[in-house]
Amino acid sequence: MSNRRSSRQSSGGVSRISDDQIIELVSKLRQLLPEIRNSRSDKVSASKVLQETCNYIRSLHKEVDDLSDRLSQLLATIDADSAEAAIIRSLLM
Amino acid sequence: MNKYNPDRMNPSSLRSRFTTRFLRNLSKIHAQKPSSSSSPAEIFRRYRRIKVAADKSMAYSVRSRRTWSRAMLWKLRTRPCSTSIRKTRHEKQNKNRTTTATTGEDRVGFGVEADELRELVPGGEAMDLCNLLHETAHYIKCLTTQVQVMKKIADFYSP
Repeated sequence: MSNRRSSRQSSGGVSRISDDQIIELVSKLRQLLPEIRNSRSDKVSASKVLQETCNYIRSLHKEVDDLSDRLSQLLATIDADSAEAAIIRSLLM
Repeated sequence: MNKYNPDRMNPSSLRSRFTTRFLRNLSKIHAQKPSSSSSPAEIFRRYRRIKVAADKSMAYSVRSRRTWSRAMLWKLRTRPCSTSIRKTRHEKQNKNRTTTATTGEDRVGFGVEADELRELVPGGEAMDLCNLLHETAHYIKCLTTQVQVMKKIADFYSP
């Protein structure tokens, strides 16, 4: 998609990235964010979207940390290698 | 989050690839537990390994199709080695950062937030703004899959 524009970084040709392209990418990002998606769509500035993205990624990292923590404690108490197949089936259906 | 539902039936979707790998890693970690498995130090060590396993499973499920996954795989591979190697790589990346990453931003004024984003997305330091946004979108999608799967596993195992 952006092959023409985005690969010539070091030669200074990068200023050719159009604003429209950026706007399109930013709005795509906006769709992924849980809060902004629910509010009025045209009033959100791009830098706010980036800000929200950073916050969202940080919160996802933290969730992964918490879940790893929880799993590490749970692993101490279970015995279940045979449950693995059951889990996979239930997760995928 | 409705867009993830069609993937459930698909055995080669990101979600199922991640799930399979992660469960496999989990049972490996589980199999290695020593007799004193509930000491805090042991739990912490296991927490670290689970976290690494989650990231590793995610990165391997995406393989080299994305810049961020390549960067993460690189990071994971050099992780067990001494920290001096990591520092050298970091220095090299910082040098790259000053020459390649800043020329597009001034025009659209995203400098500060884009830099913050660069620190969060693996491999972000060397990307221009366009690629960074692409990679971020995919990275967020993968992170949410990771969280969903881990949550389900944790719920399954909770009493």
